[in-house]
Amino acid sequence: MSGKVWAIIKKDIQLYYFKGPVVIFGVLSPLFLFLAFSVGRDLPAAFIIPGLMAMTLFFTATSVSPVIMPWETQMRTLERLISCPISVRTLILGDILASFIFGVCISAVPVAVGVALGVGVKSPVILLAAILLAAFCFSSLGLLFSTPPTSLVSNIMMLSTFVKFPVIFISGIFIPVEQMPGWGVAVASLSPLTYFTDLARFALQGTAYYPLIVDFAALLGFSAFFLLLAVKLHERALPKRF
Amino acid sequence: MEAIEVQDLSKSFNGLTAVDCVTFTVHQGEIFGFLGPNGAGKTTTVRMLTGVLKPDGGEARVLGHDLQADTAGAKAVQGVVPETANAYVDLTAWSNLMLIASLYGIPRREGEQRAASLLTEFGLYDRRASKVKSYSKGMKQRLMLAMALVSDPAVLFLDEPTSGLDVLSARSIRQKIQALRDEGRAVFLTSHNMQEVSMLCDRVGIINRGKLVALESPEILRHRIGGTVTVEFSFDKPLSSPPPGAERVGDAYRIYTAEPHEVISSIVDFAKRNGLKIISVNVQAPSLEDVFVKLTGGAPE
Repeated sequence: MSGKVWAIIKKDIQLYYFKGPVVIFGVLSPLFLFLAFSVGRDLPAAFIIPGLMAMTLFFTATSVSPVIMPWETQMRTLERLISCPISVRTLILGDILASFIFGVCISAVPVAVGVALGVGVKSPVILLAAILLAAFCFSSLGLLFSTPPTSLVSNIMMLSTFVKFPVIFISGIFIPVEQMPGWGVAVASLSPLTYFTDLARFALQGTAYYPLIVDFAALLGFSAFFLLLAVKLHERALPKRF
Repeated sequence: MEAIEVQDLSKSFNGLTAVDCVTFTVHQGEIFGFLGPNGAGKTTTVRMLTGVLKPDGGEARVLGHDLQADTAGAKAVQGVVPETANAYVDLTAWSNLMLIASLYGIPRREGEQRAASLLTEFGLYDRRASKVKSYSKGMKQRLMLAMALVSDPAVLFLDEPTSGLDVLSARSIRQKIQALRDEGRAVFLTSHNMQEVSMLCDRVGIINRGKLVALESPEILRHRIGGTVTVEFSFDKPLSSPPPGAERVGDAYRIYTAEPHEVISSIVDFAKRNGLKIISVNVQAPSLEDVFVKLTGGAPE
């Protein structure tokens, strides 16, 4: 199975990493959003960098996976793929991991920017574990966006943007969770990005709002939920794509 | 063991029956033609047999592998050229073949050997490093056939493999299909080209409105329309309307009849009365197309 999953990953890397929607929504969007937030404001780098990391990882890891299914439906390559001896689970896992690798690789950029600005990583192991777990979680979420059986990539990107932008604002990136009102904390707790942002702040600043075990457990729980739901919904949607 | 065994296979979409209790078998070393008007259930049947769609009822086996219980096993022994599917146009031919080889679990080195051999056989080896989007339609179709063969399957599903191809490309694919049969593989062929089916297929199944309405060899099917022959004739001058009982076919006319002698006499009389010269008269046994038209009601879906 691992060979088949890798074949899917390799195909996705070759085909989708440089597609317009991936570059625009995965790289340029978080960059400009971050610049809009930070330019002209006197914020310490140690506060800005975890937010930049969270935003970058969230946007990049959710940029590849939603594009794949509608694109393959549009290009009529899915039927040939599905008639190979692979399961929908293999296909979905490959797509998620391709998105995961993209997210992990691009997330190295804000880490490097932080180091260049003199922000030290106090807990590199926590940071690495958080990036890996969160990238998988967000990639699974991305694949969930593409469950409607449409061939229009623009429809899926619209749906994903509709979800992603509000999530950015409720996840402690611009306003730390400890400064939110009670209802704000309750809403923030529903976002998986909150827990990664919290872990990133811990790894760089040494303090976190939630206990680390809660952050990791929440990311793990969201990952399992998104993955299982994505498999179930894609299995149901697949026959409607032909 | 039969190559394909289908028993009471059924599929509905939103309450509309697309395939209704279809039963047939395809033998090893046989080209089986599957015909039907648009919307008759051909592609739905192929999609169920290739594991793309799950049937609502019935059973299907490919080389003994039950498609429901052992979907991966059934898929592993078959190669597929779907009607509307494409290769990845942003990948090279080589990458497309290696992707399919990996998905069939073929070891890398063996996959490379098969890919090189197939690309050479289909005249694509020199263009193996070019992206498929630069290929002509014929080259793309040859690549799709190579992708279907890279796993060395015993059963092949070819859905309209020559559709839209020029004469030479279609001919080379037909020759390949015959060669595949001669190698002992089973080929399940759907096509709208009656001449192609008539020429290639050992047996033919005709599906109409989801039901199998005929399952015979092309020769036996031709005899099923009961002694009817076609009299085709042409005159030296065009007519404003066809002679009584005839239909126009290009610049000629055609009459279906069980009494060709009577028809020819009436044509001669018609020509004399109207001052026409008869250029040609042909009496032909019914074609597979005639059988198809008769069995499917003659009207497009």
